[in-house]
Amino acid sequence: MAFRSAVITFPGSNCDRDMAVALEKVSGQPCTRVWHGDSDLPEGLDFIALPGGFSYGDYLRCGAIASRSPVMQAVIAAAERGVPVLGVCNGFQVLTESGLLPGALLRNATIRFVCRDVTLTVENATSLFTSGYEAGQEITIPVAHHDGNYFADAATLDRLEGEGQVAFRYKEDINGSARSIAGVLNARGNVLGMMPHPERAIEATHGGTDGRALFESAIKALVGA
Amino acid sequence: MKVRVHVSLKPGVLDPQGRAIHHSLEGLGFAGVNDVRAGRLFELDVEDSVSDEALSDMCEKLLANMVIENYRIEKVAS
Repeated sequence: MAFRSAVITFPGSNCDRDMAVALEKVSGQPCTRVWHGDSDLPEGLDFIALPGGFSYGDYLRCGAIASRSPVMQAVIAAAERGVPVLGVCNGFQVLTESGLLPGALLRNATIRFVCRDVTLTVENATSLFTSGYEAGQEITIPVAHHDGNYFADAATLDRLEGEGQVAFRYKEDINGSARSIAGVLNARGNVLGMMPHPERAIEATHGGTDGRALFESAIKALVGA
Repeated sequence: MKVRVHVSLKPGVLDPQGRAIHHSLEGLGFAGVNDVRAGRLFELDVEDSVSDEALSDMCEKLLANMVIENYRIEKVAS
């Protein structure tokens, strides 16, 4: 069955090609590239990805300008219809700025840009993005960010934890994130934002393949194995 | 009409940049600085017909992220 995916490119996105390659390699089907100024998405998409990078030069706040771009209105409408949306790194920042995910991403508590492999713990292994992992499984995925310090008020954090919306946690503190949160789901479970880059860990030449199961999970859930 | 919008982090939100600036001030030998919080100032030149509601809307929809920031609008006599 066809798997119709799209990657949105903003001015300053730099992981858009990596994301499209990951989706194409894992699904075996072409991925459509969509420009931020488009106000319409292709018909009948099964999966939308917002890539990493520095959209609009991180002007104002990371992800702020991108989240108000024409195509994001279509992405928000699609997410509200239940279309799965994955935001990685800058894509996660765009998702929080657009209101599709709660909280915000602040400057790393260390102030330093952090770029290395990190160990994550899978907290929710039942979502459409994470069913290919085991709950509690430790996986290694690279991070590369300056503003990955997840913040939300205590009531929101309690709700996220209580409702199983924390998808991944950092095993060690790398950026000051509240409760070590590395990835969050929306209440419906069709939107995932995460700072680590699963698309950079899908084949052995990347140095690891722990990101592959994320894409496999989504493809299996959407179009069958 | 000239309008200044002051955007600042809400109390309790960690401000690593403010902390670094504070540290640098101490390094320069300035004593008695208890804390530094970094914010942002926008200077807008708008038509007099722009309403207060529209200005607040601009702040809440774009200039400030209401999850982490507060804003204050100041109209400047021109």
